[in-house]
Amino acid sequence: MADPLLQARGIVKNYGHVEALRGCDFDVYPNEIVALIGDNGAGKSTLIKILAGTEQADEGEIVLEGHRIHVGSPFEAMRLGIETVYQDLALAPDLDGSANLYLGREVMMAGLLGKLGFLDNKTMRAGARKAFGELGVDLQNAQSAVANLSGGQRQSVAVARSVAWASKVVFLDEPTAALGVVQTARVLETVKRIRDRGVAAVLISHNMRQVLEIADRIEVLRLGRRVARFEGKGATIEQLVSAMTGGIAEEGAA
Amino acid sequence: MTAPQPSRAKFIRSAIQTGLKPLAERWGSFSRTRFGSVIARAFSTNAAWIFLLLIVLMFIFNFLAPGKFLTEFNVRSMAENVAVLLVIAVGETFVMATGGIDLSVGYVLLFSGVTSAQTMNWGGRDPTNSGWDVVLLGFVVAIGSGLAWGVLNGLIVAKAKVPALIATLGTLGMSWGLAEILSNGQDLRYLPTIIADMGASRVIFDKVPLVVVVAVTVAAMGAVILSLTKFGRYTVAIGSNQEAARRAGINVDRHLILVYAMSGTLAGLAGFMSLAIFTTTTISGHANDNLQAIAAVVIGGTSLMGGVATVAGTTIGVCIPMVLFSGFTILGYQSFWRDVAVGAVLILAVYTDQLRRRRRERR
Ligand SMILES: Nc1ncnc2c1ncn2[C@@H]1O[C@H](COP(=O)(O)OP(=O)(O)OP(=O)(O)O)[C@@H](O)[C@H]1O
Ligand SMILES: [Mg+2]
Repeated sequence: MADPLLQARGIVKNYGHVEALRGCDFDVYPNEIVALIGDNGAGKSTLIKILAGTEQADEGEIVLEGHRIHVGSPFEAMRLGIETVYQDLALAPDLDGSANLYLGREVMMAGLLGKLGFLDNKTMRAGARKAFGELGVDLQNAQSAVANLSGGQRQSVAVARSVAWASKVVFLDEPTAALGVVQTARVLETVKRIRDRGVAAVLISHNMRQVLEIADRIEVLRLGRRVARFEGKGATIEQLVSAMTGGIAEEGAA
Repeated sequence: MTAPQPSRAKFIRSAIQTGLKPLAERWGSFSRTRFGSVIARAFSTNAAWIFLLLIVLMFIFNFLAPGKFLTEFNVRSMAENVAVLLVIAVGETFVMATGGIDLSVGYVLLFSGVTSAQTMNWGGRDPTNSGWDVVLLGFVVAIGSGLAWGVLNGLIVAKAKVPALIATLGTLGMSWGLAEILSNGQDLRYLPTIIADMGASRVIFDKVPLVVVVAVTVAAMGAVILSLTKFGRYTVAIGSNQEAARRAGINVDRHLILVYAMSGTLAGLAGFMSLAIFTTTTISGHANDNLQAIAAVVIGGTSLMGGVATVAGTTIGVCIPMVLFSGFTILGYQSFWRDVAVGAVLILAVYTDQLRRRRRERR
């Protein structure tokens, strides 16, 4: 197997007395879809936030392409080619879909006007229409604030945003939780498409069937530690569930 | 007695519905046309309704006091009276768009006016006949004082994470106290005649006061920056969801400092304008400026929660209290009726914003 693209080693994260992560490891290999699963509160979202720079680990290290990196802020993660769809979506509800898609990466007008800070809304709207179209989202009113969209449409906006910018890894924290059948299929298709584009995808999901269907590999967290790893092919729902709920011995201890 | 009521209510409701249906349908098809969608979008914001209210008020006062209200003289004096307030309200719009508030603007205005006037009076000399160099120095001091308070506000809010309400309440007290200490509570009345001339001068066919031109220019620039530039986009994005803005890689702290600095700087400019208009520091004249600016911004449709703001709305929000004041005065009512009416409009503005939010949260 190739070397890991991204590695988390011994990550510890405490929130006051809550030990969210207790020496957690995690690997992402190039060109793969890896599912990160675990019970509620296992620490999945926390791990993602640390790798994406929104939270800082108390201990442990992050290695990208063999180099130890420091991800001090979301901006640094984005610069390294790491994008995230957060469980709480993190959109600006008063702005429209296009403004959200391009937030922090606005397209400026050409020439002097651009230097003065003027936005090129036309180009951004066209880009947004294309990006949303690929996800099968038809925003009837593209200029409507994101708050006026349905939950699923909002989720699609968040997914489109990350997918559009990721060059190395994209984390998707329950990206299909609020989606209908068609949109779910589109998001999963998109996840496959970004893998084929050479970007690794980390998918957090509670839907085991979905995980088995799409993941090349599966890593299981329990109580803030990685407890098991599976190849996507050949794993069964029973195996996954027993790993998540502590039915099998911990990795390393075994 | 109770039994027929539901059916009657139902009948009335269905009658209203069938009566309204063609109207609603016509509105629906109209709002899908290009022009219609612009109108529909405009009236989904507070600003359009407030503009309508302003027009109606002017119409009513002009009807009740024909030949007195919409005269060149009265319109000019109304414009002159709102110029200073408009400048600080533009800065306040940006602050409130981020979900913050700046209570200090009125007293930063006062402080800037005092430091500016004292600089021009340096060493107790009579500045009446001073040249442009002294005036320019006074201007720079006014702007610099405002900028300094604004940066301080921004640092306290963004870096020290003190809530804006308390941070700017603190600097309100500080700037007020220092202005009183520096001036000994005495108004400085000796200013270069150049400044007084500026305050009194008119441009554009000798009809529009210079201070009004300055204020309108500030508002126009503010409107363009807020709606068309990256700076404006970040401002509303931070107000809409600060965490999302941060995760999108926006340097939220830096941007907040810039926004408060802008508000302070505009308060400094307003302080200098006030010197020019009144040719004195008017120490006791700015007690309510901050609340008036905030009221104007809120009436103009800027959300108290941030994320939604227009400078056009703020401009109308500045004008409505002035029109009420002038109208009531001309009609011979006590001008305090303005405060009653403005209070009601303010509550209505926030109420409709809350309604809008609740409606969309239900989705
Ligand atoms: N900001 C926080 N403050 C305090 N505790 C936190 C915070 N964030 C997470 N936790 C705690 O850390 C633990 C792990 O939470 P995390 O959100 O990572 O779980 P998860 O695996 O993503 O769960 P879910 O499947 O429900 O999303 C939980 O016990 C949670 O209560
Ligand atoms: Mg989670």
